Amino acid sequence: MDLSKSSFWGYKRENGRVGVRNHVIVLPVDDLSNAAAEAVANNIKGTLAIPHPYGRLQFGADLDLHFRTLIGTGSNPNVAAVIVICIEDGWAKKVADGIAATGKPVAYFGIEQHGDHDTILRASKKAKEFVQWASELRREERPLKDLWVSTKCGESDTTSGCGANPTVGDAFDKLYPHGVTLVFGETTELTGGEHLVAARCRDDEVRRKFQFMFDRYQQVVEAHKTSDLRDSQPTKGNIEGGLTTIEEKALGNIQKIGRKCVIDGVLDKAEAPTKPGLWFMDSSSAAAEMVTLVAAAGYTVHFFPTGQGNVIGNPILPVIKLCANPRTVRTMSEHIDVDVSGLLRREMTPDQAGDALLECMFRTANGRLTAAEALGHREFVLTRLYESA
Amino acid sequence: MIHFVVHDENDSVGVVVVEGVKAGDTLNGWIMDQDKSIDVTAKSDIPIGHKLAIRPLASGATVIKYGVDIGKAIAPIAVGEHTHVQNLRTKRW
Repeated sequence: MDLSKSSFWGYKRENGRVGVRNHVIVLPVDDLSNAAAEAVANNIKGTLAIPHPYGRLQFGADLDLHFRTLIGTGSNPNVAAVIVICIEDGWAKKVADGIAATGKPVAYFGIEQHGDHDTILRASKKAKEFVQWASELRREERPLKDLWVSTKCGESDTTSGCGANPTVGDAFDKLYPHGVTLVFGETTELTGGEHLVAARCRDDEVRRKFQFMFDRYQQVVEAHKTSDLRDSQPTKGNIEGGLTTIEEKALGNIQKIGRKCVIDGVLDKAEAPTKPGLWFMDSSSAAAEMVTLVAAAGYTVHFFPTGQGNVIGNPILPVIKLCANPRTVRTMSEHIDVDVSGLLRREMTPDQAGDALLECMFRTANGRLTAAEALGHREFVLTRLYESA
Repeated sequence: MIHFVVHDENDSVGVVVVEGVKAGDTLNGWIMDQDKSIDVTAKSDIPIGHKLAIRPLASGATVIKYGVDIGKAIAPIAVGEHTHVQNLRTKRW
């Protein structure tokens, strides 16, 4: 596929970033605000509440990550406008101010001294205003380089390493020269192939940062493990699908970064990249955690290869699923956007599979709903670093 | 028809990509990186996605896939035998 003149239709935001969705979200800062946020989204059609279980008594780096993830989610260009609700005004304002730096409409509401009823009323009035404003925004044609594409696989099996993951790799190799901003992560799922990732880093500085993040995560595993992680990494589903060891899983995982593109930099969790290229994000390998982190970093389309059939989606980031396992494609067809099982029958070349994924990427960017969106998968899972105070 | 695929010709194992493989079946394999063919007789029933050995492995031997170390055999493994958690273990963690 010649991508040199490729474009897509997206929403250009106030800060110059381009989104492929036009969500108005109602974002609770903490668990206590979920009920009010869901009530507002129920009142005002076309808005989307993003409930979650955290936000109380977190501190230090864990609290920083909480704020970075919420602010990043609201700042993502797939989001047109944001209503922030918190139990009190202080942290509501902190999150709202962070999002407002993008220039997009944002309003915040604290529940204390108002109660749910009054908060829901005030927030609903603002949400109605935002959603009617957003409904008049129009897509415009934008160059391919304005797209930010993330990847993470899940419920992988051995067909992931032979089929679906190399398809993402082929697509990444094709997107990279056109200035697209790319990311992969899953720090522990590089175990056994970390030397191959290190060898792909642009320079020694990037390599040093990657190795530091990798080693740190290994120490977390060593400090907390009670066995050899045989039931956790690989997962039960991975083992059912034929993957035996973490090394085998990692080598399959690494197929997603292709053979040519270079790792230009490393990111902390939910940290936004500062330039185009391929980035590594230090992250959990749990699907919803990782996808939530890359959405918060500003990515606008996601490639999700699966083998046994992970069903994940995200509230604001369209998750495109591809699969090479013919049994999964047959038994879970409603979840699969791109069927690349032909690769394993030699009915499809890797080049054709990569092109099929890119074609789906353009259609998704232009507005076609993914399977996960149509099925209502909106998994939003915040990463926690340690216990609350 | 392809019954299993192998990433690299130096690998110890291949991956079954069809359903219903039974012990005694003659299986046709495709070595992807070198685009070669290989025939192996299945020694076990092997589910889709699971591995079979394409060379004999002694207990303790390093098992290679993608041309890279994926762990060690914890029992002798014959050509065509199902290779999974019962006879292959990680060297990490």
